[in-house]
Amino acid sequence: MPSSLIQSDSILAVNIGEATTRAILFDVVEGEYRLIASASSPSTVEAPFRDLSEGVCNVLSDLQKLTGRTLLDANRRLVTPSQPDGSGVDAFVSTLSAGPAIKIAVVGLLDEVSLESARRLAEMTYSRLVDAVGLNNHRKADLQIDTILRLQPDVVIITGGTDGGASRSVHKMLEPVGLASYLLPQEKRPAVLFAGNQKLDDEVRELLGNVTSALHFSPNVRPSLETEDLEPAARELAGVFLKVRQRQLKGLDVIVNWANGNVLPTAYAQDRMVRFLSQVYAGNKGLLSVDIGASAAVIAAGLAQRSTLGVYPQFGLGENLPNLLQYTSLEDILRWSSLDVSTGVLRDYIYQKALYPASIPATKEEQAIAQAVARQALYLAVQAARHKFPPSMRPPRPGLLPSFDPILASGGALSDAPTPGQSLLLLLDSIQPTGLTTFIIDKNDLLPLLGAAAGRNTIMPVHVLESGAFQSLGTVVSVVASASSGSLVARAKLTYGDGHVAQAEVKFGNLELFPLPEGQSAKLTIHPSHNADVGFGRGRSGEIPVNGGAMGVVIDGRGRPLALPNDPGRRRELIKKWLWTVGG
Amino acid sequence: MLAPVHHILPLTTIQRERVLPINGRVNARLNQKVSPADVVAEVSWAREHVLLDIGRALNLPPDAADKLIQCKVGDRLATGAVIATGKGMMPKTVKAPRDGKVVVTGGGQILLEVGETRTELRAGIPGTVTQVIPDRGVVIQTTGALVQGVWGNGRIDTGVLTNLADKPDTVLAAGRLDVSLRGSVIIAGQCRDADTLQAAAELPVRGLILASLFPSLLPLAREMRYPIMLTDGFGAMPMNSAAYRLLTTNAKREATIKAEVFDRYSGVWPEAIIPLPVSSEPDAPQDVTTFEEGQTVRMRFPPAAGMIGTIAALHPGLSTLPSGLRVPAADIKLENGEQVLIPLINLEVVG
Repeated sequence: MPSSLIQSDSILAVNIGEATTRAILFDVVEGEYRLIASASSPSTVEAPFRDLSEGVCNVLSDLQKLTGRTLLDANRRLVTPSQPDGSGVDAFVSTLSAGPAIKIAVVGLLDEVSLESARRLAEMTYSRLVDAVGLNNHRKADLQIDTILRLQPDVVIITGGTDGGASRSVHKMLEPVGLASYLLPQEKRPAVLFAGNQKLDDEVRELLGNVTSALHFSPNVRPSLETEDLEPAARELAGVFLKVRQRQLKGLDVIVNWANGNVLPTAYAQDRMVRFLSQVYAGNKGLLSVDIGASAAVIAAGLAQRSTLGVYPQFGLGENLPNLLQYTSLEDILRWSSLDVSTGVLRDYIYQKALYPASIPATKEEQAIAQAVARQALYLAVQAARHKFPPSMRPPRPGLLPSFDPILASGGALSDAPTPGQSLLLLLDSIQPTGLTTFIIDKNDLLPLLGAAAGRNTIMPVHVLESGAFQSLGTVVSVVASASSGSLVARAKLTYGDGHVAQAEVKFGNLELFPLPEGQSAKLTIHPSHNADVGFGRGRSGEIPVNGGAMGVVIDGRGRPLALPNDPGRRRELIKKWLWTVGG
Repeated sequence: MLAPVHHILPLTTIQRERVLPINGRVNARLNQKVSPADVVAEVSWAREHVLLDIGRALNLPPDAADKLIQCKVGDRLATGAVIATGKGMMPKTVKAPRDGKVVVTGGGQILLEVGETRTELRAGIPGTVTQVIPDRGVVIQTTGALVQGVWGNGRIDTGVLTNLADKPDTVLAAGRLDVSLRGSVIIAGQCRDADTLQAAAELPVRGLILASLFPSLLPLAREMRYPIMLTDGFGAMPMNSAAYRLLTTNAKREATIKAEVFDRYSGVWPEAIIPLPVSSEPDAPQDVTTFEEGQTVRMRFPPAAGMIGTIAALHPGLSTLPSGLRVPAADIKLENGEQVLIPLINLEVVG
């Protein structure tokens, strides 16, 4: 990259999560942007602190100590732009996922058309759907008014009508929203995002302009019956989300001011990078990004610069954890545990963890429980997101995941796992990928921060991505097969750069590892049995170059979908064996 | 590292905001002495609305219907009151279906507020009004002992503290709840069955302070009309020794159990307040401090969850836990003399 293209700006990026606030300093080194240092500190969104800027200042103080560079002045204000004495930074960007899920009500016309699009749009941010009203909903208008007054949504998303299409029906749906907003006290009025028939914008402005806390417009999510385009509305919704958060969270104003408005919801920023990466790196396969944190599980899938984003607060590992039990059973969580844990102990853990979302497992038993919970939450999130993937992403068999390469993973449960092997096994169990996949762990929450920075500096994300700031866990070949335990499903041969060859027979139910350190590459030849698929089609062999990582090259011969023994003792022994295989 | 503080204090100054959910009328005056049952603010509000489409009923366009509406915003209408009468030889009439107040008219429609209810906000704690928040409520100040909880069912009441916990982990059984306990705020270790919660409701008690509750009982606990506060958490946890000592030594005193639903964002948590007379105003509790050796701490999470200990040594840098995680941690000396390594994030300072 010619140095003339470098903007020579130092950039400070801060990700404010529910449990952790992380700061990363980027600067230009020898003509290229590099990650200079990162620091993390507990977030201060919640009581007793109740000021998220405190946590940001704390983490910046830590970063100052690490780098020796002054970032805050005597009054704990950010020094910007950078000063001749080397203090300060040129730009500041931030992402935010902390805070309670915002309450969204959706209003549309047809259940399976505009209302469904509104639901999908709501799922693209940290939200909880509190009500859905469509034409098929037979609640009378006064009941709709009372429902809005009772639920007090933070945001109402209104969709409906193709461009130039239905207007009278949409108008009818607006009335209860307007009347309810009018009746609410000023400070409790919802923000409204109108993403329906664009011809109605003026009418919506006239009806709702004076009775909402903020009125936003975006291009129609359903410009025609057959077309859905959520992206522009998602961009607008990101702005609405931040305005709601500014009303809710003390200290956010300070951060927005420092960032000159460059604050994005973490999931939205993550999705932005997934779109970008899907064009640059993913080739003809999709790219998947998974993040499991205290506030939500976020799944973003990208293919050829298009992406789908799902934000699932119900699968977050913090305050919402007891709600996980509405989607799964204690027994289903415990099937992932390597230790004999009772359902009572698990239930107590879930409720205690919800009291203290930032708490961490100190004992082996707690760690086994925490990982079992994380596995099931991520599994459910991936299953929920799977239905949103575009039809062009075809799975090798119905019900399985399409082949993604790479898969990027982040979140405390993954990046803070005691060993890379535990991180990888957690990912394999919960995502259950197919075919050939490179797993990359984002320990510093870089992806969303680069997404936020990309709005300000388009070169920086490219440089940082290529600088090795992400850790590769390795390359995994997931064998899609149904066979009896111990039967041969594939033969694999890894030819190293120095000509040395390693071979393995992959038996059903086993994991096979070839060591291959990060930075090295090799050639993998794999011959599946006649009914197994390793990514080249059923029974088809192939030879591919593979890159190393912390776990080298892994052949996952456990089949898809992953079936665990019903007998608890046998199941735990098997999980222990897999854990041992990946290094404990 | 900043440390959250968990309040278990024998004597402190307590200031609590008591506000209506929506604007209403504040009855209390500045510097007024209030007892828990005093109504400090009240509000009348409508739970339901009725939207009447006059134009449709009279078969007229909205503009024409508007001209026939005989009431205006703010009017109170009795059931059957005429709202609009059409024209012609045999005009149709639209009447109020229920008693209500007109809140919106226009577009050929009117919106009525119906089903008005009155909400009274009681002081909840005894003390002095130190601030009046216009239209919303008051701030009340008192002095006494304070025990912070971790979970509450949203109720508030006052009664005489009665100790049924021989030990911090005593399981409260329905059989121990007899008529002599009517009106008491009961201290106990654990509750493991629905019968006990129901028996307490039948007496009724004025409140339950428990160390822990089985999570399966939470839906029932939320339904109970008396306050329930947990001092430590869920499952079969004993009461932390600091709370146990403070509560049991104050047995037979009047106590307010303010079992607020914990809101991590606003900082409202459940608590028990035992008003005590003082000659001079004690310090108000601090909410945040920094970890230091010698501090009394409470463990939030296993191992030793809910136990009280003292910071024996703060480890520099990161320490490796038995779970394999590497984090900032401290050696904690428990009251039984045992020493355990605890991550700082799982600790809170007692004070």
